[in-house]
Amino acid sequence: MATTGSIEERLSELYFAESRRVLATLIRLLGDFDAAEEALHDAFRAALEQWPRDGVPASPRAWLVSAGRFKAIDAMRRRARFDPLDEIADEAALGVVDPAAWTEEESVEDDRLRLIFTCCHPALAPDAQVALTLREVCGLKTEEIARAFLTPAPTIAQRIVRAKGKIRDARIPYQVPSPAELPERLEAVLRVIYLVFNEGYAASSGTALMRHDLSAEAIRLGRLLVELLPQPEARGLLALMLLHESRRAARATSTGELVLLDDQDRSLWDRQQIAEGVRLVERALASRRFGAYSIQAAIAAVHAEASSVEATDWVEIVGLYDVLQRLDPSPVVELNRAVAVAMRDGPAAGVAIIDSILGRGDLGDYRPAHAARAELCRQLGNTAEARSSYTRALSLARQEPERRLLERRLAELSK
Amino acid sequence: MKYLCLVYMDPGKPSAIADSECMACGDGLRQNGQLIAAEALQSVDTATTVRVRNGKLSVTDGPFAETKEKLAGFYLIDANDLNDAIQVAAKIPPAREGSVEVRPVRQLRV
Repeated sequence: MATTGSIEERLSELYFAESRRVLATLIRLLGDFDAAEEALHDAFRAALEQWPRDGVPASPRAWLVSAGRFKAIDAMRRRARFDPLDEIADEAALGVVDPAAWTEEESVEDDRLRLIFTCCHPALAPDAQVALTLREVCGLKTEEIARAFLTPAPTIAQRIVRAKGKIRDARIPYQVPSPAELPERLEAVLRVIYLVFNEGYAASSGTALMRHDLSAEAIRLGRLLVELLPQPEARGLLALMLLHESRRAARATSTGELVLLDDQDRSLWDRQQIAEGVRLVERALASRRFGAYSIQAAIAAVHAEASSVEATDWVEIVGLYDVLQRLDPSPVVELNRAVAVAMRDGPAAGVAIIDSILGRGDLGDYRPAHAARAELCRQLGNTAEARSSYTRALSLARQEPERRLLERRLAELSK
Repeated sequence: MKYLCLVYMDPGKPSAIADSECMACGDGLRQNGQLIAAEALQSVDTATTVRVRNGKLSVTDGPFAETKEKLAGFYLIDANDLNDAIQVAAKIPPAREGSVEVRPVRQLRV
């Protein structure tokens, strides 16, 4: 028989590996997020009491689900004695449960998808979708989410409480969307995951370490989604995140200075992440049902496979931007295409496109547009234009490493 | 002639009006033959705004916030859940030009 010490270890492993699955099933069985969270903790507490005495059950997850459900019903009954109205509501909520389907493998995996789609429901505010997903699907503590987003913990707590309130009161169903709704709803889930990733990726100073965890969390979410719902765009997004993440070590110097793609030491790129990203993007593209994430990942893959800026297949990259511009037209895509055109046809061609974007009033306040224009003007030897664009970019830069990079570039112009 | 009576309250202020009083009012009007339908609504926190633009459904959290758009009509519908209600709301023709705010009805507590 196992000792108490090893059972505690086993339980903490189980908590890490299974608590989100158990929670997802308990939400379905109990029809309420708060009741399910309470039941989850009660179930682990019961395991800590009973397993040293009775041994670890054959199927720990099923045991935890059933213990949690029992504790929750017990709690509802106790409350019902004081509040007869709730009794009717609770009995109704429990009546929809089919006990036979509790812990069947298939429905349990569906529960995790139900949880993801419910947390990312478009009727919830976007920042609430992010907080709720990190809290319920990833199991992050409110304080951890608050630190990662540089937001006060009570604000995050408030968002989560409000979102759960809306799920309950407006009756957002705990469902995987129907095939007809799936494309739009999947888009919302992918948006949340990519937002979490970018929040971690964009940070390059100060709290960089903690925010890096956010990128890792997003990749974990992306993997989970591909495992549960292997749609081309889910693969495309995972590929895109892995390919960006592969450059992390090369993106900043040890003192936190930004290094642009052209100047990165490509030997620092993570080959394993690149290989996985490339495999995923190839599968996504082969499906012919890919979207904007897959194309962006394909562009990142072309960069990842080139040994240098000069060796990059810019013809291929311009072609991919043309596809992206058709799928998801935006001035930002046009700008990125302009930079690729400059690499293919020379800086003057790039400046001409950027000037036409700025000339029609788009991207006037978008720092990368002015920074790219400045860089191309510098390459053309047009110092005056380069200086004015760098100065404009600097006035729009919000993060310190960005500012320092632009200041260095401006100083170099004077040499 | 039918008239729609819209009820506005400040959600930030505690209300002294009991649900039982509202229920009694409704019962009285119904007996007089003056009431067609009356419901209390859940708080504005539960609101969802539905729009259809170029055939694409857009769903956002919160009440409709355009100051130029004014209340132009209403549908009281029966739906299984919010997803179902959103699908119905998307079929209401003005969803293509304006907005349809979807708000759950609240059971009076009496």
